[in-house]
Amino acid sequence: MEEAQENTSQSPEVIEAKAVWDVLKEKFGDAISELDENPFMPFFEVLQPEHWLNIALFMRDNPELRFNYMACLSGVDYPEEGKLGIVCNLESLGELGHKIAIKVRCKRDSGVIPSVSRVWKTAEWHEREAFDMYGMSFSGHPDLRRILCPEDWEGYPLRKDYKVQETYHGIKVPN
Amino acid sequence: MQELGKAEHKSVRVTPKSENRVVIEKDLSSEEMILNMGPQHPSTHGVLRLECKTDGEVVIEAEPYLGYLHRCFEKHAEMVDYPGIVPFVDRMDYLASMNNDFAFCITVEKLLDVEIPRRVEFMRVIVAEINRIASHLVAIGTYAIDLGAFTPFLFCFRDREHMLNLLEWTSGARMLYNYILIGGIAYDFPKGFKQRTAEFVKYFRPKALELQKLLTENEIFVKRTKGVGMMPADVAVNYGWSGPMLRGSGVDWDLRKEDAYSIYPELDFKVCVPDGRFSNIGDCLSRHLVRAMEMEESLNIIEQCLEMMPEEDGFDPKAAIPKRIRPKAGEVYGRAENPRGELGFYIQSDGKSTRPLRCKARSSCFVNLSAMKELSHGQLIPDLVSIIGSIDIVLGEVDR
Amino acid sequence: MSTGALLPNSFPFVMSTSLNTWSDALSELYLFGLPFGLIIIAAIPLVFIALYALTYGVYGERKISAFMQDRLGPMEVGKWGILQTLADILKLLQKEDIVNKSADKFLFVIGPGILFVGAFLAFAVLPFGPAFIGADLNVGLFYAIGIVALEVVGILAAGWGSNNKWALYGAIRSVAQIVSYEIPAAIAILCGAMMAGTLSMQQFNLLQQGEYGFLHFFLFQNPIAWLPFIIYFIASLAETNRAPFDIPEAESELVAGYFTEYTGMKFAVIFLAEYGSMFMVSAIISIVFLGGWNSPLPNIGPLSLNDWTTGPVWGAFWIVMKGFFFIFVQMWLRWTLPRLRVDQLMHLCWKVLTPFAFVAFVLIAVWEVYVK
Repeated sequence: MEEAQENTSQSPEVIEAKAVWDVLKEKFGDAISELDENPFMPFFEVLQPEHWLNIALFMRDNPELRFNYMACLSGVDYPEEGKLGIVCNLESLGELGHKIAIKVRCKRDSGVIPSVSRVWKTAEWHEREAFDMYGMSFSGHPDLRRILCPEDWEGYPLRKDYKVQETYHGIKVPN
Repeated sequence: MQELGKAEHKSVRVTPKSENRVVIEKDLSSEEMILNMGPQHPSTHGVLRLECKTDGEVVIEAEPYLGYLHRCFEKHAEMVDYPGIVPFVDRMDYLASMNNDFAFCITVEKLLDVEIPRRVEFMRVIVAEINRIASHLVAIGTYAIDLGAFTPFLFCFRDREHMLNLLEWTSGARMLYNYILIGGIAYDFPKGFKQRTAEFVKYFRPKALELQKLLTENEIFVKRTKGVGMMPADVAVNYGWSGPMLRGSGVDWDLRKEDAYSIYPELDFKVCVPDGRFSNIGDCLSRHLVRAMEMEESLNIIEQCLEMMPEEDGFDPKAAIPKRIRPKAGEVYGRAENPRGELGFYIQSDGKSTRPLRCKARSSCFVNLSAMKELSHGQLIPDLVSIIGSIDIVLGEVDR
Repeated sequence: MSTGALLPNSFPFVMSTSLNTWSDALSELYLFGLPFGLIIIAAIPLVFIALYALTYGVYGERKISAFMQDRLGPMEVGKWGILQTLADILKLLQKEDIVNKSADKFLFVIGPGILFVGAFLAFAVLPFGPAFIGADLNVGLFYAIGIVALEVVGILAAGWGSNNKWALYGAIRSVAQIVSYEIPAAIAILCGAMMAGTLSMQQFNLLQQGEYGFLHFFLFQNPIAWLPFIIYFIASLAETNRAPFDIPEAESELVAGYFTEYTGMKFAVIFLAEYGSMFMVSAIISIVFLGGWNSPLPNIGPLSLNDWTTGPVWGAFWIVMKGFFFIFVQMWLRWTLPRLRVDQLMHLCWKVLTPFAFVAFVLIAVWEVYVK
């Protein structure tokens, strides 16, 4: 990923994100990476995915953070690094107003990311979608099934090396 | 993991008992029946399937099944260049294509160094707000049909026709416009557009009032919606609700104010939140009221924009569009207020290609619909229909 | 038609003892050895029913709804689309008659039949005029209420026989609704019967006859009569499954209710039965409370409007017009109001209409005994 851009006059969003990151860094130390201070979407990465659930809970319930709203959870494929990941856009809606993005990555083959669907309900369907499209598993998810593709679809369509199956129930799949 | 245990109690919450909650008689033994609602059903607004476990008329659990309209938007978006994505974006929420285009274009523009002409900003807001009214009219009309009132639906469609004509006149298409482009807009407004839009606003104000008298003030309509499908504000936020749904739960939250994109900060409009005099905050009626009030606000916005829009002869709306749209490397999450809530795009660009590495659409209906399971618990089938109607789903956006 | 000379007192046909003199005379008409007169008598109501159900009912509903909704309605077939319903019937006749594989064939087939028969049997006791009545039973009103209730069996047969969950829901809702609403409807009608002191349909008309026209109608003779009148009208909407009580066929909830699985002519039969019973309840309400075939126009001095507009053909005209008026109100309500929920519907029946019907019953009894 791109390195943090040096910006002399940082936007308020980045300053807020930096403050959030400071709180988290103090609590979780090495579990999270440095903050990528780009002006569009400041983010950090959870380096130890097993802590992701605790970080999420801490972010939601800590009075300094109060990230009560998950705007988006997107699955991402990193074929060069052999990894899959998710990007979460979080926001403290109506309370503190700050925003931050978080990345969590896992192995490409049978990778597991802890599910945060019990922290933010939004994540429940978004994690199902990420599983549907990329095939990473979410441990602790209450109902991890495919959501947009049929149950018996082969492969994970949004992976970069995805090949469409030839036929589906005897019907030719257009390529 | 102890922390999680506590947290679960907080977030998984049973909707509070309301007076409309149905009590199942305890000593009657009855078998549960699985009832498939959809994919072809008049009140699922498209191809949604709800698998309802029912006990008589009472729905014990309704599990939504999606994907019947899945058109692989995200995969397509990785295959075509940025301007080529706009028509696909049109087809997501086909009732509010302008707003979709708007959200997508401002997201990509964040990664591009383009200066949007001021007139283009006004034009974008005008067409987006016209489309917002059109979309809310469909929402209100189909909601009326769900509750058995047919006439308001046709009144809504009669007035929507005028808006579609306006948009057709300026963009050439009636539903899927491909009008707002990255860095600009496809065509300048035709001559006389301003006047005709002003006339339309003047025409529509009394019609909107008439619609309220016919529908919102109807005793039966209020009975069918008040106190049905209650959603407390904190649970709504936890579910990620946005737009009229969230405002219906009493949260003062509108991205046009919060994110202040485009020229919205210059305009004077208010965020519509029900005050609880007419409805219980968080019920279906509140959500309906928010939509009804938002139409009025959109009319105000259009009027202000028409007044403030700079006039330029021989204006070229495509002047600012770069020859080759190749955003710089980086990731961005951009969003805009759609009629149905927050429509967001997460775009990853490598800075070399004209195609995005990843383009994820955060669909508002998809997120709003995810609360269906909790909302439907213990409701009667007619209330289930009422709740689905109040969510105002467009399956094109849910399934993408 | 000049009927001014036919004053009620001298009019032989309306004597209660020889009601059917006129039709008796006609029935003795033989042509080529065939009872031609009898056929005409039998045919008049049938032709009316067919014309009404085929042309006015469906076409009228479509046109009225269209005008209420800023549309034109059917415009293609014939002038103003007047032949639209015929074209529809023609189409339905050509449709394949589908009985689904898993349906209970006997119930599925017999359901629409019972519905149709139930709806149209009641027409037997409808007096279409001083002389036109199929059968002047002395329990005519009771028969009419009873025979309409037969529809329940047809609906249940259709809904259960379809082997479709939506149809079953529709049938169960419908049965619950019709059986419940029979009670306020029957008590409201009983109020009318108490005012008349008879159950014969023809007697109802005779008792509301008079030179002051509408002032002789029960609705205007007794101030309390408004209460059972309104109760019966609301209950009749529910009995015929019309909006806002159309929950058995609630198209946005139950697809089409108990007739979800029907196509072709069976569907048409169910459809016609609905319009038939719509007219039936409208006719009952106009007979019991609004004088049936009596002219509502009063004699004012030298203008003997009532006398001029009384007679056999005028009688048919008035009762049909009154029926159509109530059908129009039914349509008007349907295209204006949303639909009630199942429990709200039952609440209205058992907690509002039924108690008020009892109150009306007692009040009318008191009025009849002490005031009148």
